[in-house]
Amino acid sequence: MLVSPNPHLHSKTTTAVLMRDVVIALLPAVIVSVVFYGWKELLVLAVSVLSCVLVEYLITRYCLKKASTIGDWSAIVTGILLALNLPTTTPWWVVFIGALVAIGVAKMTFGGLGQNVFNPALVGRVFLLISFPTYMTHWEIPQGLFGVDAISGATPLGVIKEGLMQGASVPELMAQHGYSYSQMLFANIGGSAGEACAIAILVGFIYLVARKVIKPWITLSILGTVAAVSCIFWLANPAQFTDPLFNLLTGGLLLGSCFMATDYVTSPMTTKGGIIFGIGIGFITLMIRYFGSYPEGMSFAILIMNSTVPLLNNWFHQKKYGRA
Amino acid sequence: MARRTFSIGGVHPNDAKISRDCKIETLPTPPVVYIAVAQHIGAPAKPVVAVGDKVKAGQVIAEPGGFMSAYIHSSVSGTVKSIGPRKDLSGNNQTVVEIAVEGDEWMEGIDRTDTLITEIPQDPKEIIEKIKLGGVVGLGGATFPTHVKLSPPPGKKCEMLIINGCECEPYLTSDFRTLLEKGEQVVIGTAIIKKALGVDKATIAIEDNKPEAIEHITKVVEGLKAKSADYAGIEVLSLMKKYPEGGEKQLIDAVMHRQVKSGGLPIDVGAVVDNVCTALAVYEAVQKNKPLVDNSVTVTGECFPHQANLLVRVGTPLNYIIDYLGGVPENAAKVISGGPMMGKAIANLEAATLKGTGGLLFLTREQTKRMPDSSCIRCGKCADACPMGLEPFLLNRLAKAGNTEALEENAVQDCIMCGCCLYSCPAGIPLLDVISQARGQIMGIMKARAAAAKAAAEAAKAKTE
Repeated sequence: MLVSPNPHLHSKTTTAVLMRDVVIALLPAVIVSVVFYGWKELLVLAVSVLSCVLVEYLITRYCLKKASTIGDWSAIVTGILLALNLPTTTPWWVVFIGALVAIGVAKMTFGGLGQNVFNPALVGRVFLLISFPTYMTHWEIPQGLFGVDAISGATPLGVIKEGLMQGASVPELMAQHGYSYSQMLFANIGGSAGEACAIAILVGFIYLVARKVIKPWITLSILGTVAAVSCIFWLANPAQFTDPLFNLLTGGLLLGSCFMATDYVTSPMTTKGGIIFGIGIGFITLMIRYFGSYPEGMSFAILIMNSTVPLLNNWFHQKKYGRA
Repeated sequence: MARRTFSIGGVHPNDAKISRDCKIETLPTPPVVYIAVAQHIGAPAKPVVAVGDKVKAGQVIAEPGGFMSAYIHSSVSGTVKSIGPRKDLSGNNQTVVEIAVEGDEWMEGIDRTDTLITEIPQDPKEIIEKIKLGGVVGLGGATFPTHVKLSPPPGKKCEMLIINGCECEPYLTSDFRTLLEKGEQVVIGTAIIKKALGVDKATIAIEDNKPEAIEHITKVVEGLKAKSADYAGIEVLSLMKKYPEGGEKQLIDAVMHRQVKSGGLPIDVGAVVDNVCTALAVYEAVQKNKPLVDNSVTVTGECFPHQANLLVRVGTPLNYIIDYLGGVPENAAKVISGGPMMGKAIANLEAATLKGTGGLLFLTREQTKRMPDSSCIRCGKCADACPMGLEPFLLNRLAKAGNTEALEENAVQDCIMCGCCLYSCPAGIPLLDVISQARGQIMGIMKARAAAAKAAAEAAKAKTE
């Protein structure tokens, strides 16, 4: 007879189950990006996921000489997120370098899953953005799965930033480029694959919340902060500052707030801490968009706030039973 | 309407009440019983019989060994064969009185008929004395002597009696069957405890996965209210199914929206909590003069072919019960005394039942297997699950670092050992194993500190005198 302490039952939700749920939640965004961007996006996704899994396998087996941890699905999540953060036109070897940095540097050097301070996919992306700016800012306007001639161009955020620097006003630029919100909601704007369709990302987010994989507070806090702060700026000067809806629907804001800021490992443990974390991300993103030299600030904002997580965990604790 | 429950944490394991339709059946008396003298929290009772004595069922065989102690009665008639150490279910030696069964003769004055006596005594002192003489202890798990619980320290006033019918542990159904089959007795017992405490309100709390019990008890309460004013103020409350609702602190939160302070007692917030089976035992002790010598035990598990709820004499060897139902199934890997969340794995099946034994559960290796532990992914599921609002991931880390100061600061001593953290951890980290060890250590430190402070105060006092 076995003798061991209580409890004698265990929930069936394992790390692998949770990570697989994240992969399932990313599927709508993956499918939409492949449909809009075609086989090239499929290639980026495949290279990214395979490289992440391979790098993790090789490091655990041959550098750390431990059992492989690829069975927990977390490398696959990182691979998909990295791919969705890259332009479709990224060469395969650049994608591989991104994966190497994401898994090799941002995750495994810290000790693997659960130990890393920064979101691995974002570290990979930012590394590529700084090292290969030409590849990383060369976007393609989606032409569909069977589109032949790819048209490249800038993202709406890039267009606005560029235009503002040349003295144009926001409404002029919006009209000139024919940006509409329905377009942003359902895809067809330039950007990295995962930024293309807001609805697909929101479907995945709702799935994660419904399955209780994540709690919605971090995401809602980011979106709320962006909406509120941009509303103040926009009302003050609509010629100079973009409106809240534009800010919510463009760039990596939705992908970042739904899938990257909510990463268990690099976000605070408590709801209170999570809300502060989200406010920080929303505010920093908007400040970079409005006043920084980069058109988009989501990746930087999340990475900056990642570094505050140990502090937030120290400051914010759960309400304990029977204690003030 | 929102379903009422406790406010912090909790988990929802499959309740697996597969023995819910099995009527309580009386187990034949075994040929020999082993009655432990320590079956309650507090001092062990002192044996008052000698080897060779003839005893009857219901006869006192051990007297309270202190204020916090209880009477022990013989559950059978027969001859005392030995008094001495015997291994309990964990394999530790405990003093037991071994009685060889001869016939089934009961002490005079014990009413074993089914006749209901709804008229209750009016004198609290008389009630508490009868409960004490009946050897009644809390049957919800803690086996706290009931007569002690019903005598609140001076200055503390009970505002509400809560009768715990939650039975939030998966698999267990003996409370449920008791509510269905002995509902009247439970409600009368409730009125008696209410009278003893001199409190106006009593709530019988039942989880909503037992709608038949809620319906039945509501009817019984209404019927008795119509008969006598003694039953006024008794209400039935349906609570949302969530583990560990039946935990004393959680139940008080759910019923009264009050929280017991760390280190405090329920009476500090005006609550007294008793289990439904305790209420039944109180009924029998006060109304029928029958001491606590038998209790209902659920025998269950998917791999066990004969689900049952049995009325078992205290001191019955566990393997006698199991053999009666066909023996240990081949694929059972673990036998648990109690439920799967807080029960104890049994090391010794020759051990005998105690007053507080509520269930025998058989689990297969597949069911009870622990995952190999992997890295903490900081999902916070343990903190979400903890009904005390603790952060098990943090306590685990602090315990491994041996940081006793931070452990105390983060309230490891408040842990109620419910197992929610380990149950919910996706990485299979043995959180509770580590935390319970740290908790023991911190409680030891706190106790030593309190003792030292007391000694210092006394020394200072002696000096000034």
